[in-house]
Amino acid sequence: MYDLATAAVEAALAAGARYADARIMIVRYESMAAKNRVIEGLTQSETAGIGVRALIGSSWGFQSTPELTAVAARDAGRRAAEVARASARVSGPQLELAPAPVVEASWANPYVVHPLDDVGLEERADLLLAATGAMADAGVPLAQANHQIWDTEKWFASSEGSRIDQHLVECGAVIDATAIGDGETQRRSHPGVRGQYGTRGWELIREIDLVGNAPRIAEEAQALLHAPQCPEKTTTLILGSEQMALQIHESVGHAIELDRILGWEAAFAGTSWLDPAQLGSLRYGSDLMNITADATLPGALGTFGYDDEGVPAQAVDIVKDGTWVGVLSGRDSAPLVGLASGGMVRADGAARLPMVRMTNVGLLPGDSSLEEMIAATDDGIFMDTNRSWSIDDKRLNFQFGCEIAWEIKDGQLGRMFRNPTYTGIGPKFWASMDMVGGPDEWVFWGTANCGKGQPMQVGHTGHPSVPARFTDVRVGVR
Amino acid sequence: MAWDPATDPAAQRGLEVCDRVLDLVADRAESLVTCAQGLSSLTRFANSRIHQNMASDDDHVRLRVVVDGGRIAQATTTRLDPDGLERLVEQTIAAARLCPADPEFPGLARPEPVAEVDHWDEATATASPDARAAVVSAFVEAGDGLESAGYCSTDSDVHVLRSSSGIHHTSRSTMAQIDAIHRAASTEGAPTDGYGQITSCRLASLEGRRAGEIAAAKATAGADPIALEPGTYQVVLEARAVASMLLFPAWLGFNGKAHAEGTSFAHLGEQQFDERIDLWDDATDPRALGRPYDAEGTPKRRVDLVRSGTTVGLAHDRRSAAVAGTESTGSSIGSEAFGGYPGDLFLGAGDETLEALIGGVERGLLVTDFWYNRILDPKTQVVTGLTRNGLFLIEGGEVVAPVQNLRYTQSVVAALGPGHVLGIGSDAQLVGNEGGIVHVPSLRLASWAFTGNANG
Repeated sequence: MYDLATAAVEAALAAGARYADARIMIVRYESMAAKNRVIEGLTQSETAGIGVRALIGSSWGFQSTPELTAVAARDAGRRAAEVARASARVSGPQLELAPAPVVEASWANPYVVHPLDDVGLEERADLLLAATGAMADAGVPLAQANHQIWDTEKWFASSEGSRIDQHLVECGAVIDATAIGDGETQRRSHPGVRGQYGTRGWELIREIDLVGNAPRIAEEAQALLHAPQCPEKTTTLILGSEQMALQIHESVGHAIELDRILGWEAAFAGTSWLDPAQLGSLRYGSDLMNITADATLPGALGTFGYDDEGVPAQAVDIVKDGTWVGVLSGRDSAPLVGLASGGMVRADGAARLPMVRMTNVGLLPGDSSLEEMIAATDDGIFMDTNRSWSIDDKRLNFQFGCEIAWEIKDGQLGRMFRNPTYTGIGPKFWASMDMVGGPDEWVFWGTANCGKGQPMQVGHTGHPSVPARFTDVRVGVR
Repeated sequence: MAWDPATDPAAQRGLEVCDRVLDLVADRAESLVTCAQGLSSLTRFANSRIHQNMASDDDHVRLRVVVDGGRIAQATTTRLDPDGLERLVEQTIAAARLCPADPEFPGLARPEPVAEVDHWDEATATASPDARAAVVSAFVEAGDGLESAGYCSTDSDVHVLRSSSGIHHTSRSTMAQIDAIHRAASTEGAPTDGYGQITSCRLASLEGRRAGEIAAAKATAGADPIALEPGTYQVVLEARAVASMLLFPAWLGFNGKAHAEGTSFAHLGEQQFDERIDLWDDATDPRALGRPYDAEGTPKRRVDLVRSGTTVGLAHDRRSAAVAGTESTGSSIGSEAFGGYPGDLFLGAGDETLEALIGGVERGLLVTDFWYNRILDPKTQVVTGLTRNGLFLIEGGEVVAPVQNLRYTQSVVAALGPGHVLGIGSDAQLVGNEGGIVHVPSLRLASWAFTGNANG
């Protein structure tokens, strides 16, 4: 495969590019969906192709082709340069790349059981059927389960001489139970609304025990139909770690993407409230807030060996003791704020131009626990499992809904509430975080559906998180 | 002159690939195969310069097989060489044999004639990066120094669908879009954005300068916005905002499967909308951009969803139609787990200009665009999101001030309910939302609940 990638790079250089790289990707994918003891969807795919980046002047040119032949690779390289050259009509200052080490390497994530090769299709189907059956037996009209599996091989070659091949195995699954009332529906999911995903094998899916949790969520979904509405008030809020993962993803992860900060995503994904001039001094949250972007965490969904620019995976401090200290960056964006590349540029396939993506952006554990937080709260609400999410284009004003909540009175969990929501402004919210769960509660949540870019790309991101407590939060917005 | 697939090299290649796959499957299974070939190109700009410029040859084959009358599997490959196709066939048949049977599988579609639709423009299919850059340049220059960001794209698709049940469809389509913002500086705070877009099957229809002038005027008018308290306001929603609000009713409401499962808001025969609302799906309309048949090979046709405010129809694929005891409406997106989707949605236009809609508002808000819309409950259709790209206060029938963006939490079906639609614009146009391209006008609505502002 390196011969094809090298041919593409050489063709781009010959056509005038001052830098070029090529990625060949072969991705095997499976998604299976079951509902009420029936497999409603089984889709498998094999996607192959080569994508070539060529840098001329102030713009990238990119061309991809699914055809893995030398002729097609050279043609893609030539066309990538042609596309880049056309950008001169609306050009800017010459784009400079941050230095990157020249690397020749192979990398693969560890796994125990390959989800496609070591587990039979019948076994994969039987698990989903059993989980939906257990939920249906517990009385919900809609019981759903699905899994997704990716096996990705990549070969990267650059005009600077890097040659890197990687093999990633990723998978995950989710179940959800929906109860239907006269005027509304209530849903409970396990282990989270997006499931749980990682750079792991089928062992991950076995660990999350879909069948064992099915009756519980079915019963909770039905109970929610009869639970009182979450009251509208300002109160102390405790979030479970799954909702915290989403909170981190939306109000920290996207805000610290340097391409957003620089305005490169202004028209669609949006910009950021962060100003690079304040890097190192801005208060993002309370002293308990410590966020890292760590692409080296074993098993997390945002883990890899090298990004799609050939830069090694790194662990970067983002917020340290409440102060904003880091960004997510790549070779083209980092120099514009005087930084080295963070190695955080990836594409969702050979047919897409790589861009800044979250790696594993997570909250480091503190020294409390969910139990201690509840015990220390006289009057508040505990919310768990994301249901809806919405945030403005600067990543400041958010409103999130959860599947379930419980009242907290005098340090004890009380009544269940339905339709819980909370809203806030990022830095004000994070500044109110006064208790953070400990290492025993640290979970590497994975989000397999992060959308960004034009054309839209779907990214795989990780979010290590723990439960946390916040004060003076507006809840129950309707 | 009508398109003749027999003389189109791409159509012939697609046909050869499909025939090869059908031959490989032979009589081991029922099968449906599609071959899509296209070129997607997108010239992206930010900070008033082109920064990401890409093109992708998008060729793939999708195979669906059915064994034992109900064991189903489908697979996709981009590898169109003989080995790739053989692997596709063998693996898909093997997967189907291992899959539990679907007791509600209605069988493959039978051959039926499809409408003659040719949403194609050769110049768009072969557009160069220079041609897209020219549209971008015109948009940027219209801002007269304002910062700009967005994209100009061209896409082409030549599609062949064949089945063991005898279906043989071919179609082709092109699409071109300019979709971008200008950004104007405010005395304090972040820049304010103004939005402009044009969608067509012809690149030549993308007047970059016109879209740029609209965006620039909106951005400039939006500078130094005032803060407004959350509350319920009368609103004029421009077409882009209307497109956004129709996403969830289309996705989760008019979906025949969701209706059968009880999670849809839709009650057939009930006056759920204002009597001025007519909503339908029609890929055969010359203004639409879609294929004339769905993923199952069922011909598309006009499907009335709401007529004079009464919910009258649903979008079905074959499986949801069989459950409901009706016929498929040609609305399959290739996922029986999802159901049917009205992918070429039209909201009937009125006869009022945007100025007239604004003129009828004593006090309210003009909304250009909604952003990050998320549904809280499919049955109530309560959605939350934010305004974007231009929000303005209307007093005494005139726009009097730009307003800082607001968060809303609103049932979109209730907002279109009986008595709530006070005016419908004559400006219906193709515009994108997260579910595709819809054809909608501006609307004046009696109330819209804004639940938060910049302070939370």
